[in-house]
Amino acid sequence: MTVTNIHVIDQDSAYDFYVNKLGFNLVDDIPMGPDTRWLTVSPPDQPDLQLVLFPVKVSKMFPKETAETLISLIKQGIFGCGVLTCSDIFATYEELTAKGVEFIKPPTKEFYGTEALFKDDSGNYFSLQPLNNFGNENNI
Amino acid sequence: MSSKQEFTYPKIYLYRRIVQSKLFIDSNYARHIDLDNISDEAFFSKFHFIRLFKNVYGKTPHQYLKAIRIEHAKKLLKDGQSVSEVCFLVGFDSLSSFSGLFKRMVGQPASAYAAIHKHNKALAAKTPLAFIPGCYAYQHGWSENSNFEETDL
Repeated sequence: MTVTNIHVIDQDSAYDFYVNKLGFNLVDDIPMGPDTRWLTVSPPDQPDLQLVLFPVKVSKMFPKETAETLISLIKQGIFGCGVLTCSDIFATYEELTAKGVEFIKPPTKEFYGTEALFKDDSGNYFSLQPLNNFGNENNI
Repeated sequence: MSSKQEFTYPKIYLYRRIVQSKLFIDSNYARHIDLDNISDEAFFSKFHFIRLFKNVYGKTPHQYLKAIRIEHAKKLLKDGQSVSEVCFLVGFDSLSSFSGLFKRMVGQPASAYAAIHKHNKALAAKTPLAFIPGCYAYQHGWSENSNFEETDL
């Protein structure tokens, strides 16, 4: 996989979330008209994977009703965008919380391993898990 | 009426202190800071602090500080700042130390890194569609806009 989407409601807010809070690297930020831009980021250790911060707005791609429905679903937190792994789930939880990231679920031991859930600025949610979910997730 | 219980886990207070020290480095990387400053922020002895920090982040605080300075240097070089300006902006005292460390960590000289990104930035401004998969450009209607020049790339 080289390029994939995250549907966002506001690109400026999404930039702040993914770059300044999650610590993703900016790949491209190219103006493509008065109200939109090609905005892609990548996880710090995966420079070859581009996540398009894809704005949902009334356009050729999203007729008005579709855009409104999709925005409503995003805000309701319907969409899970995947799993982010980290070396230490408790340290990552503390850091993201300190930076204002909203957690739906703190690090919790489940039958499949330890997991936390957080939302981005639009409402999309991510699972956060330690790299080795069945090993020692507490490094201190 | 019940109060919301704060989430807690083993060694939560140790974690919070280590994370706060990491955030301190993130905010103060451009200043002259040393381990005594950082371990003081975390209320640890220097040795204990280094050990815990490395357990969590895989790097000693000093290694992490160098890495953060180089990451910020890369961003500033991409923004068009000169190598000598960037060196001092990210907290290095000597251009030769900065240049040597940059090359070791990034794999190319800072000047070469800056030149490549300057070239790419100019190309993106002139032919943005070269950087966007065709399917996305089509879905957005960008490929129909004659202002976004097509390219053979």
